[in-house]
Amino acid sequence: MIASTLITGLGLGAMYGLLALGFHVTYAVSKTVNFSQGSSMMFGAVMGYTFGVTLGWPMPLAILAALVCCALLGLAIERFVVRPFVQRGSDLWLMATVAAGIMLENIVLFTFGKEPRSLPSAWADEAIEVFGAGAYPLQLAIPVVGIGIALLLTLVQTRTKIGKAMLATVQRSDAARLVGVNTRTVIAASFAISTVFAGIAGLLIAPLFNVSASMGTIFGIKAFAAAILGGITSAWGVVIAGVLYGCIEALTTAYLGSSYTQIVSFSMVILVLVTVPNGLFGTAGLKKV
Amino acid sequence: MKSYGIRSLLTRRIALAGMAAAGILACINTAQAADPIKIGLIASLSGPSAKSGEAITRGMTLAITEINDAGGVLGRPLELIRRDDEANPGKGLIAARELIQREGVTVLFGGLQTPVSLAIVPYVNQIQVPFMGPWAAGTPITKNGADPNYVFRVSAVDEIVGVALVDRAVSVHNAQKPGLMLINNPWGESNEKALIAALAAKGMPNAGIEKVEAKDVDVVPQLTRLKEAGADTIFMVANVGPSAQVMKSLERMGWDVPVVSHWGPAGGRFSELAWPRAKTVEMIQTFTFSGNDNPKADEKLTALKALFPEIKSAADVTPAVGIANAYDAMHLTALAITNAESTDGPAIRDGFYAIESYDGMIKTYEKPFTPEQHDALGPNDYVFTRFIDGEIIPID
Repeated sequence: MIASTLITGLGLGAMYGLLALGFHVTYAVSKTVNFSQGSSMMFGAVMGYTFGVTLGWPMPLAILAALVCCALLGLAIERFVVRPFVQRGSDLWLMATVAAGIMLENIVLFTFGKEPRSLPSAWADEAIEVFGAGAYPLQLAIPVVGIGIALLLTLVQTRTKIGKAMLATVQRSDAARLVGVNTRTVIAASFAISTVFAGIAGLLIAPLFNVSASMGTIFGIKAFAAAILGGITSAWGVVIAGVLYGCIEALTTAYLGSSYTQIVSFSMVILVLVTVPNGLFGTAGLKKV
Repeated sequence: MKSYGIRSLLTRRIALAGMAAAGILACINTAQAADPIKIGLIASLSGPSAKSGEAITRGMTLAITEINDAGGVLGRPLELIRRDDEANPGKGLIAARELIQREGVTVLFGGLQTPVSLAIVPYVNQIQVPFMGPWAAGTPITKNGADPNYVFRVSAVDEIVGVALVDRAVSVHNAQKPGLMLINNPWGESNEKALIAALAAKGMPNAGIEKVEAKDVDVVPQLTRLKEAGADTIFMVANVGPSAQVMKSLERMGWDVPVVSHWGPAGGRFSELAWPRAKTVEMIQTFTFSGNDNPKADEKLTALKALFPEIKSAADVTPAVGIANAYDAMHLTALAITNAESTDGPAIRDGFYAIESYDGMIKTYEKPFTPEQHDALGPNDYVFTRFIDGEIIPID
């Protein structure tokens, strides 16, 4: 039982981690969060289905096009939903991003249709045996992709010019502007990256689940719980917390029964926040007084 | 001469006034006679269960068209007014208040979702407007404890379905220790009680009761628990999405176990979503167009094709239960209003009890409703089916 449960937990958890990484990217750069992350995930899956199945494009091209759409969505969210409020020093971007997510869901419901669809994938056609348990290759690929993206993000943040620009923007945005960093572009790019991560999560989970307008909501909520659990300031923290969250969910279901899953997993989030307020791997921001 | 002239003038005035008054009254009466009797429908018209709302709408529309073509009810046409419950009990109740209080519907129809119907039932009993359930099968919808009870149903009932599922598992699959896989909502709870009672009646144990959430991606942990507890058959009670996830998870586990299901998977694209395992599910229904030797089935399918040009074959009218239940329920409701000779709620309620016989799409109903029995369908009206290539086909 343990092998099949861990395969379930790792697959789901890596997906929560990938979505949570999106929360981290925007928070690290601008101290804002895109609460429509779940809807962005759904958008990625819907666009992938539209290009790959409805229009019949080759799947690699469909995936690329879907991710470009996600990036554009991220830019639009930053420009029209977040920036106007941040410029006024208001925190209402929080509610605005929630509203944008609901709007997106309803637009997709209206255009894509009411019924869930199946996104075919050669990686989710036939189960293979891993440590005596059945698993779809795609389930095994999700943790690899999640950890790979976290590694790539760390490398970008620490080794590249744009990564350093991002770091400068979050540390002292005025000083960053003085030395020629276009902080506005950096923040916009962080939203685009965030929605691309969500799109990747949507495209990865869709063949195992289904594609529908309402598919992202619950994932968005759980991913935010993972981001808080890991400490939203730490890229690796949110990914590890996502995996932990997924594994705890699966293990609770397997050993205590499905009636206890939500009780145990959300109790764990509350317990961690009470004992470690900045999350498992997060750091408190410095406040000058 | 003069007095005669006055009398003549008065007579003419009185006659003219009388004619005018009679004309106005005639206009008023004509307007009243032509006013449609409004029938409300609150069902899932969007979201994963949208096909269920579409099926109920088609069944009701076909029945209303036939009734109106035959002169209507009480000399007035019927008019269908729909609202989307979005599978949300709160939204369903708001819609019920709006349809009854603002639109003035005479009878309210419900949809697929038991939780939505359960939210509406106390309100209709309080306001004394008859409610007809053409799909949701939760036992407490009709057996709600209210007196007087304004809730009627032409559909399956969980407590009877539970007996049928257990009988099927034992007689066909020789089940000794079945496991339960139920949706985590009031419909799942209603079936948990029904299945446990049906198993207890046969002196059979169960391998466990596991819950599936509407958005569960992977239910391998729940199924693994049932497998390790020795389950030899799975009773599945969930709508299309979660049922598909159960079947995908069984495929992933490579566990070839019989799945005997309530009719939840019938509400959408189950064949597409559940992959090859879709066709292995044995699912209870009250009606199918395919393999039906009742001549009314063919006749009504032809009528549906004429009314809805997008219907080309029996595969386009899944789930047929929604259409057939709603069609028969609408005709029975029209008979109840006719018996009541008014649109008054309590009179229509008595009108349902006064129905003697009706030759419907599902069966010939004989005295379908009594004060003690508000469910028109019984255990003899169930049929087991499989979902093959998008079409629901009866099996032995």
